[in-house]
Amino acid sequence: MALDNTIIQESLRGRFGDDVADFKQIHDILTFEVASGSIREVIQFLRDDQTLRFNFLTTLCGMHFPDAEQSRQIAVVYHMHNWIDNVRIRIKCYLDGDAPEIDSVADLFLSANWQERETYDFFGIIFKGHPQLKRILNMDEMVSFPLRKEFPMEDGGRTDKDDRFFGRTTDNC
Amino acid sequence: MADAPPGVQGEGFFAGKLSDVVGLARANSLWPLPFATSCCGIEFMATMASHYDVARFGSERMSFSPRQADMLLVMGTIAKKMAPVLRQVYEQMAEPRWVISVGACACSGGIFDTYSVLQGIDKVIPVDVYVPGCPPRPEQILDGILQLQELVKNESVRRRSSPEYVELLASYNIK
Repeated sequence: MALDNTIIQESLRGRFGDDVADFKQIHDILTFEVASGSIREVIQFLRDDQTLRFNFLTTLCGMHFPDAEQSRQIAVVYHMHNWIDNVRIRIKCYLDGDAPEIDSVADLFLSANWQERETYDFFGIIFKGHPQLKRILNMDEMVSFPLRKEFPMEDGGRTDKDDRFFGRTTDNC
Repeated sequence: MADAPPGVQGEGFFAGKLSDVVGLARANSLWPLPFATSCCGIEFMATMASHYDVARFGSERMSFSPRQADMLLVMGTIAKKMAPVLRQVYEQMAEPRWVISVGACACSGGIFDTYSVLQGIDKVIPVDVYVPGCPPRPEQILDGILQLQELVKNESVRRRSSPEYVELLASYNIK
């Protein structure tokens, strides 16, 4: 029998109550929010439960919403995949913009190790309990978290590119 | 065959400047060190191969050890994380050494005006010849090598001790 969205929703609701919320179907994938404190338990439950069997963490990444309210400025997204029934889910976890901290799941899924490091590298999200939380892709000397919206994408040291010659003004770039 | 440098020639002898002869020898036996990180490296592979044949200009053997190379060819995007590696490779090369920056990325960062990419290798090492293009054709790379040969021919044998060169290296903080 196929694993239905309602079964996933009801078993999560029954176990975690109000810590899981806002279930909806986005682009064929069941999506929901988890309170940041219970993410470890939720992911462990999804992995170990005999019906749910989400045995694979497809990806883990960050998001930044600078215009949102303080407590929802940073988010972590987890995608999980049940290989047996071929069902996917997407989990969102909103964090405080000033001190984004969340529990690491690197011991539940070894693949989360590098993905959490990358998310730390680009968004500055602290994964508590991670065995080696340091930058993985960018150079170690970097002080900014480049995918946060307040940091400019372009390098300040560029000398040969004068915006006037490329039809750009300060208003339209 | 290379033309003889200016000098006095007679029956069984030739008199000229030693620096000219050394320059001629250096220019026609430049050992390249290809530092290829992306598509410009593919163009250089074509330059190396039989059709364009860089060996015609005295660069038969690619040297993958910086200690036995004269000419560092930097081809491709250099990420900021790669910059210290490139600099170390340059520092390991013995004098005399020259650098050709091949392609838009190595020259200026190219289209990658972004936080992770070095905006031109001349931010970390001195460059002798810039080859533009994205990527440059093999003919352009060969032209860059020929331009460098002209530099090498006309350079002082003791370029290393000239005040300009010492000052240039000091500005890059290379000992």
